[in-house]
Amino acid sequence: MKILVCISNVPDTTTKIKFAEGNTSIDSTGIQWVINPWDELSLTRALELKDDATSGIKSVTVVHVGTATSEPTIRKALAIGADDAIRVNAESSDAWFVAAQIAEVVKKEQFDIIMCGIESSDYNGSVVGGMISEFLGIPSVSAVSGIKIENGQLIMTREIDGGKEIVTAPVPFVAIVQKGIAKEPRIAAMRGIMMARSKPVKLVDPLAVEPLTQIVVFEKPSPRAACKYIDADNPAQLIDLLQNEAKII
Amino acid sequence: MSVLVYTENWDGKFKKLSFELVSYATGVAKMLNTSVTAVSIGKVDENELIRLGSYGAHKIININNDQLTAFDSQAYTSVLSEISQIENSTVIIFSNNNAGKAIAPRLSVRLKAGVGSGVSRLPLNLNPFTVYKRTYSGNAFAHLVIRSDVKILTLAQNSFDLIETANNATIENLNVSVDGSLLKTVVKDVQKQTGKIVLTDADIVVSGGRGMKSPDNWPSLVELATLLGAATACSRPVSDEGWRPNEEHTGQTGKIISPNLYIAVGISGATQHLAGISSSKYIVAINTDKDAPIFEAAQYGIIGDAMKVLPKLVEAVKEIKK
Repeated sequence: MKILVCISNVPDTTTKIKFAEGNTSIDSTGIQWVINPWDELSLTRALELKDDATSGIKSVTVVHVGTATSEPTIRKALAIGADDAIRVNAESSDAWFVAAQIAEVVKKEQFDIIMCGIESSDYNGSVVGGMISEFLGIPSVSAVSGIKIENGQLIMTREIDGGKEIVTAPVPFVAIVQKGIAKEPRIAAMRGIMMARSKPVKLVDPLAVEPLTQIVVFEKPSPRAACKYIDADNPAQLIDLLQNEAKII
Repeated sequence: MSVLVYTENWDGKFKKLSFELVSYATGVAKMLNTSVTAVSIGKVDENELIRLGSYGAHKIININNDQLTAFDSQAYTSVLSEISQIENSTVIIFSNNNAGKAIAPRLSVRLKAGVGSGVSRLPLNLNPFTVYKRTYSGNAFAHLVIRSDVKILTLAQNSFDLIETANNATIENLNVSVDGSLLKTVVKDVQKQTGKIVLTDADIVVSGGRGMKSPDNWPSLVELATLLGAATACSRPVSDEGWRPNEEHTGQTGKIISPNLYIAVGISGATQHLAGISSSKYIVAINTDKDAPIFEAAQYGIIGDAMKVLPKLVEAVKEIKK
């Protein structure tokens, strides 16, 4: 079986976000770009499955929709251990556009498990994985916090709002993964970094797809009022404020 | 024309988010000068169904079908796609929770409808259709234009007030046939959380961080939560250490919540933590370090040792609950 891991290129999660050009785009000065945290966990889990010889996983490929500026992020995924990479050479204009491109890649190259992070930490859309599955007409299992293979069968833990379910789905399918899928992201070792240089990155021309959405302007959240401090010896005052000033308890 | 809203129920009762969704849908429908159709899938009796009407739904479509007992995003999408076409829906609204995130993108492809996810306000503009959504994990908001004829929105939980509207809603029981070949996901086991308040649905959350020092110190935090009718949560180091279960982790890579009140006990407030909680209406911080970034996000703060403050808070809450 072949796994495809979809990766997004995002600002490091500790970045102080600033905007440029009249707040229409992010100011990329000094930004460190990284693999989207959920995609990194999903890649880690895919590699763990491949490491287990009984799993039947033969290869792990990463796919990314973006321009040449995201090459370092793709190389990082290869250094962590992906076998090869596919880059659809286009600006990722919206989720619809990205999902259509990845679905096309899957149609041509045939993968059994397509793994997507639950969201990207930049646009917080949570839709690309679901869209890919519907473009392909295959099942999708969302909010997956665990995936294992037992006797050739894929068993997943799916978080539901107020519990969890153990589910299976026939391949090919899309697993939309979240926290818990892997304990910690795998870190590239020196050997991996060396090997990544010679691993293949296939360049694919994009399909002509018209985006459906467009961000016209960003704004920063309105600043919160200054914190009101309460004496540590008199926490009852806090309860009084919550009850009578904020009126929330 | 109509605004369609997908509601959710649990053990035969609507979740609070369903009323929030209907209130929001009613607001959108007013802007568009049209009406709201709410969809309920599952076993919900008539007295409960009609409650959707008091938040502005005109029509309630009730579907009770054994094939839909297990959640399969493909099957649910096919049902909702059919209804949206019958109802001629131009805006379709979900919660931005697990179910919404599973159905909305599939339906988007079916209907060629652009998605605005995690919206927290009514549309800013109708022409072009512009929504206000969370981006950069709460560090920014975006004005997103949706250009397709049909628009799908997912509403950030607890971001819109319940608005009661006197309305006589009609209930329509709909028999749908589900193409069996779509039912590919097999649910082998369900582990429902019982007796605990679901974190993402909670109005009040009490959350502990490394400042709690040891898992043995949690009983006073849990007691405070119980007294307040709150859910318990924790920061990432705490769940990574195994002091508390993974599903309590709130933050960028854990759960993203927006309760009315978030009490952060012994949490310093790293950017990644704040990304998960910054849209809470009120944040209370209790921390020994007066320079901890959590105090910048908080409206109320206590500089002090959690172990000393928590028992006093418990006493104070007991006092007002008397």
